[in-house]
Amino acid sequence: MGMTVELPTTGQIEAGTQVAPLARLRRYLRPLLGLLLPLALAAGWELTVWLGFSSGRLVPPPSKVFATIGELARSGELSRHIWVTLWRVASGFALGVIAGTIMGAISGYWGLARRLLDPTVQALRAIPSIAWVPLFILWLGIFETSKVALIAVGVFFPVYLGVMGAILSVDRKIVEVGRIFRLSGPAMIRRILLPAVLPAYVLALRVGLGLGWMFVVAAEFMGASEGLGYLLIDGQQLGKPAQIVAAIVIFAILGKATDWLLEIATAPLLRWQDAFSRQAGGA
Amino acid sequence: MLALERVGKTYPNGVHALERFSAEIGQGEIVAIIGGSGCGKSTLLRAIAGLDPASTGKVSLDAIAISAPHEKIGIIFQEPRLLPWLSVADNIGFGLSDLPADIRREKVAKALARVGLAEKAKAWPRELSGGQAQRVAIARALVPQPEVLLLDEPFSALDAFTRRDLQDHLLDLWADTRPTLILVTHDVEEAVALADRVLVMRPRPGRLFEAININLARPRDRNSTLFDDFKRHVLTSLDRSLDRTVPDAHGRSDQGAAMWW
Repeated sequence: MGMTVELPTTGQIEAGTQVAPLARLRRYLRPLLGLLLPLALAAGWELTVWLGFSSGRLVPPPSKVFATIGELARSGELSRHIWVTLWRVASGFALGVIAGTIMGAISGYWGLARRLLDPTVQALRAIPSIAWVPLFILWLGIFETSKVALIAVGVFFPVYLGVMGAILSVDRKIVEVGRIFRLSGPAMIRRILLPAVLPAYVLALRVGLGLGWMFVVAAEFMGASEGLGYLLIDGQQLGKPAQIVAAIVIFAILGKATDWLLEIATAPLLRWQDAFSRQAGGA
Repeated sequence: MLALERVGKTYPNGVHALERFSAEIGQGEIVAIIGGSGCGKSTLLRAIAGLDPASTGKVSLDAIAISAPHEKIGIIFQEPRLLPWLSVADNIGFGLSDLPADIRREKVAKALARVGLAEKAKAWPRELSGGQAQRVAIARALVPQPEVLLLDEPFSALDAFTRRDLQDHLLDLWADTRPTLILVTHDVEEAVALADRVLVMRPRPGRLFEAININLARPRDRNSTLFDDFKRHVLTSLDRSLDRTVPDAHGRSDQGAAMWW
C-alpha cells in the first residue's frame, strides 16, 4: 500500500521542479493580466484628453485624479477623511459582528430560540437597510451614532445568517465523536463546534465587511461633514468630478485592503482547509 | 464482562428496531454481529456505546449500567470521522486531553508507530488515503485503552486488499491489550476471520437468531476447508434468518455470498 501511495507523489514533485520557473512566471503574470484592461482604458482616456479630443471636465483623466489625491493628501484633509470613515466602518463592523455572532449562535444552537427569533430577524432583513436612515436620524441624531448604527445593521445580517447556518450544518457524525469522548457542553463548543463553523464564519465576516463599506457611503451621505462619503457629496455639489473619482478609488483600495487583512488574519485558523484546496488544485 | 439483558429499542418515530436482545460477552472476546439490513445491528451497537440508549432492557459493563458514552467503551464507525482541523497526531490524542502534554505526546507517538503512520503525524486528515484514515481512527479509539471496542462496519468502505490488511492489523492490535471487540459487519468472511463468536440477527424487529462459535485457532487460514465450513454455516444461518431456501449442504455458498456482501 505504501508503494502505491508514495510513487505518484514523488513523480509529481520531480515534474514540479522541472517546470518550476515557467510555472512561477505564469503565477506572477496571471494576476497582472487582470490589470491590463483597466490600465489600457486609463491610458487611452489620458491620451484622448491630452490630444484634446475631450475636455475631461466631467470624466477627469487619471493624472487629474491623482493630482487631486495628492492635493488632498498634502493638506492633511485626506488622512482625516480616511480615518473618520475607517473608524465608522470599524465600530459599525464590530457592533454588527458581535450582535450577529451572539444572536446567530443562539438561533443555531437552540431550536426554540430559532423558532422565536428567526422569523422576526428574517422579516427585518427583508427591509432595505437604507429605509432605516430617517428613523435612525430621528432616534439617534444626525451625528456618529446613527451612522455607526446603520453600518452595524448592514453587517449584522450576513454574520447572523452565516453563524446560524454554519452551526445548523455542523456534521452530526463529528458531534458524535465529541460525545464518545464525553466532552462537556463548553468543551464540545470549543473543540468541535467552533472549529467546524470557522470557515463559514470567516466567509460571513468578509461578506459583512463588504456590506459595511457599502453602508458607510450611505451613512455619510446623510449629513456628514467629514469622511470619504462626504468627499463624494462635496465633489458633486461643487462640481469636482476628480474629487469624486479620487474618493471612489480610495474606497476601492481601502475595501480591498481591509478584506485582504481579514483574510490574512484568519488564514492560520483555516490552514487545514488550505491544505485541501492546494492538494486538490495540484492533483 | 459486558451483559446485554433483553435490550430493545423503539425509535421516537415508532420504528421497532430491536427486541429482547440478550447476550453475555466476556472480557477479551471477539464477537461479530451479522445480519441483513434492518436487523438492528447498528442500533444494538449504538445502545452499547451509550449514544442512543436502549428503550427497554439493560446494557451493563462489569455490573455498571451504560446509558451514556463511557470511558471504557470506544467505538469506530464506518467512516473514520477524523476532525479535519486537527493534524493526524492531534486526532489520535483527542481523547487524552486530560493527560499532561508530554505523556499525551508519548502515547500518541507510540500509537502512530503502532499503526505504521509515524511519518504522517503532522499531516492533515485530508491528505490520507481511506485505509490510512481508518487506521488513525483505530488508533484514536485504542489509545485511551478501552475495555470494549465497538466497530460498526469499520472496513466496508475500503477496497478488498486494504480491508484484508486492516483486518489482520486489527487482530494484531487487539493482541496488545486484548479489549473486548464487538464488530458489526455484512461480510461473512470478515466475521469468520476475526470472531470467536458470530451472532446472527434477523430483521423486523431485530432479534438474535443464532450464536455460532468459531472454534478456529489463530492465525486463521482463510483458504482452509474448516474456514469454509464455518463460512457456510454462517451463511446458512443468515438465509434461514430470512426464511430463505437453505442452500444444499454441499453446494457452494456463492449465492448466499452475493446476497450478503
